[in-house]
Amino acid sequence: MSEAVSDPAPPVAPSGLWHQVRKVLREPLGAFGLGLVVLVVLGAVFADVLSQYEPAALSPRDRFLDPSTAHLLGTDQLGRDLFSRVLHGGRIALYVALVSTAISLALGIVLGLIAGYGPRWLDNLMILLFDALKSFPTVMLALALVTLTGPSLTAVMVVVILVNVPGYARIIRTQTIALKTSEFVTAAQSMGASSARILRVHVLPNVIGPLVILASMDIPVVIAIEAGMSFLGLGVRPPTPSWGSILNDGFANIRETPWIAIAGGLPIIITTLGFTFLGETLRDVFDPRLKGR
Amino acid sequence: MTVLTIRDLNVVFSTEAGPLHALKDVNFEVPERRIVGIVGESGCGKSTLINAILGLLADNGGVTGGSITFEGQTDLVGLSPDKMRALRGERISTVFQDPMGALNPVLSIGRQMVNIQYRSGLSRAEKEARAAEMLELVRIPDARAALSRFPHQFSGGMKQRIAIAMALMMEPALLIADEPTTALDATLEVATIELLKDLQEKIGCSVLFISHHLGVIAELCDEVVVMYAGEVVERGDVRSIFNDPRHPYTRRLLECDPARQSSRTRNLPTIPGEIPDLRARPRGCVFRPRCDLAVDTCADPQAERDLGGGHQARCQKAQGLTNTMAELGAAT
Repeated sequence: MSEAVSDPAPPVAPSGLWHQVRKVLREPLGAFGLGLVVLVVLGAVFADVLSQYEPAALSPRDRFLDPSTAHLLGTDQLGRDLFSRVLHGGRIALYVALVSTAISLALGIVLGLIAGYGPRWLDNLMILLFDALKSFPTVMLALALVTLTGPSLTAVMVVVILVNVPGYARIIRTQTIALKTSEFVTAAQSMGASSARILRVHVLPNVIGPLVILASMDIPVVIAIEAGMSFLGLGVRPPTPSWGSILNDGFANIRETPWIAIAGGLPIIITTLGFTFLGETLRDVFDPRLKGR
Repeated sequence: MTVLTIRDLNVVFSTEAGPLHALKDVNFEVPERRIVGIVGESGCGKSTLINAILGLLADNGGVTGGSITFEGQTDLVGLSPDKMRALRGERISTVFQDPMGALNPVLSIGRQMVNIQYRSGLSRAEKEARAAEMLELVRIPDARAALSRFPHQFSGGMKQRIAIAMALMMEPALLIADEPTTALDATLEVATIELLKDLQEKIGCSVLFISHHLGVIAELCDEVVVMYAGEVVERGDVRSIFNDPRHPYTRRLLECDPARQSSRTRNLPTIPGEIPDLRARPRGCVFRPRCDLAVDTCADPQAERDLGGGHQARCQKAQGLTNTMAELGAAT
């Protein structure tokens, strides 16, 4: 913002996004995080190019191979190429993380705006529901849901959404309540703007920024939930590769070779660290109170 | 023709301690192309009056009687929310007290000024041109460039002028200005008043101007409505109110204006006593408990006395209180 004041000509620079990316890159931690995230994303996108093995192709003769040029991370107890499984597992992890976070955000925003701007009784009812949902431990919620529907990718995403939405909605609700009585909202009302218009034009742009950053910091949590549920056999079904199920294979065969557990654990660590560093840097870059440090 | 006619308006809020009679039997009108000032202490019902006109009373409040007639035909009391919304911003618009908060901090001025024209059906370029034109009208330098700036890049006075530009963009019939100069310093106050007067003549709208600053009211307004504890105690053209006030409250209020002190004094004059509790109004004249001219018959219901030329005062002694303020000043 300070740049905008001293240079009044382009207050919203057309290259605003690139400007922000450069700010992130200037922080060592942010650059590192972004690097890790880009690495994971590229690995997932180009999984088929980077590894010539089918992730589910069995090869009983090549069981428990150590890493080599043929198999970069070795093979598991069924002779499947672990590098290929890790790359394809990344696809699942990122897919779950991005799709369910996006859905959680959308739902959280809509519900939060309704709770914050709507009548008091509706607000109380929704807060009660949010709190009830939040009070479930994640694993309990996952177990209950999977008992009802059976393990699947959809079950994982539903769990993630149920876990995330209450928090997002509460944040949006609180900010909406604070903005509801602000002078510019009163002014818009007195100028005849409808509630929907006030929420869309005036409230949403004021509340969405912090939430998006919070969501980007939640992505590692979502990836951990997916891996955790797959580890417990509540997530994606076996031949489909997932970091959690690779980790489980490694856990079962830890006496034979440590490589399977390493292959499952390492990408989780890399992705979690990458998104966390990136999220924290984003928060610092966008939060005006932390400026000038 | 009158733009706004308010007849026997009563507004009651239900509170935990019982009903609060915020406005009682309010009568006045805003003629076409005139500026009407409403003056009164804090808590005398000025803001309630505005909210009642705009149909934005809080949930626990309601109009219990009377009418608010807009442009001679539409009664704003009991008008459906949709029809009311269609009037707000198009025919009636508002400028608020705090210029700092009146603009959305995360949207550029241009964006907000284009947004507000969403009902006009103009193209985006036309809306932008109109926004720039309005900014020029309120004397914002370099209006085109100002459109892409954000509220925090303007001073308080500029923000208030932008708010005025936005309010007048649709050329409303009535502009309600709720203490628009209270948050500004004295120099800006004068400039804003002149601008408002200028624009009012250009656009040809009426203005309902709320203030507790007597000097501003005297400077700007054609007619004055004096409110006390939710009642109109006196109204008339600006000359008669300021030179020939007939209600004891108006007289005391004018005496208290620091600008009217003729000699140096350590203690500025005050009106002894406090505004009555609106949940338990005094019987008869609402100013009776603080009035040094009160007699027994003041406890009877008081009607507005016509003093000629549209000058009305809700006091039984109004006809007798003819000595002018100048004489009052000489006597003290």
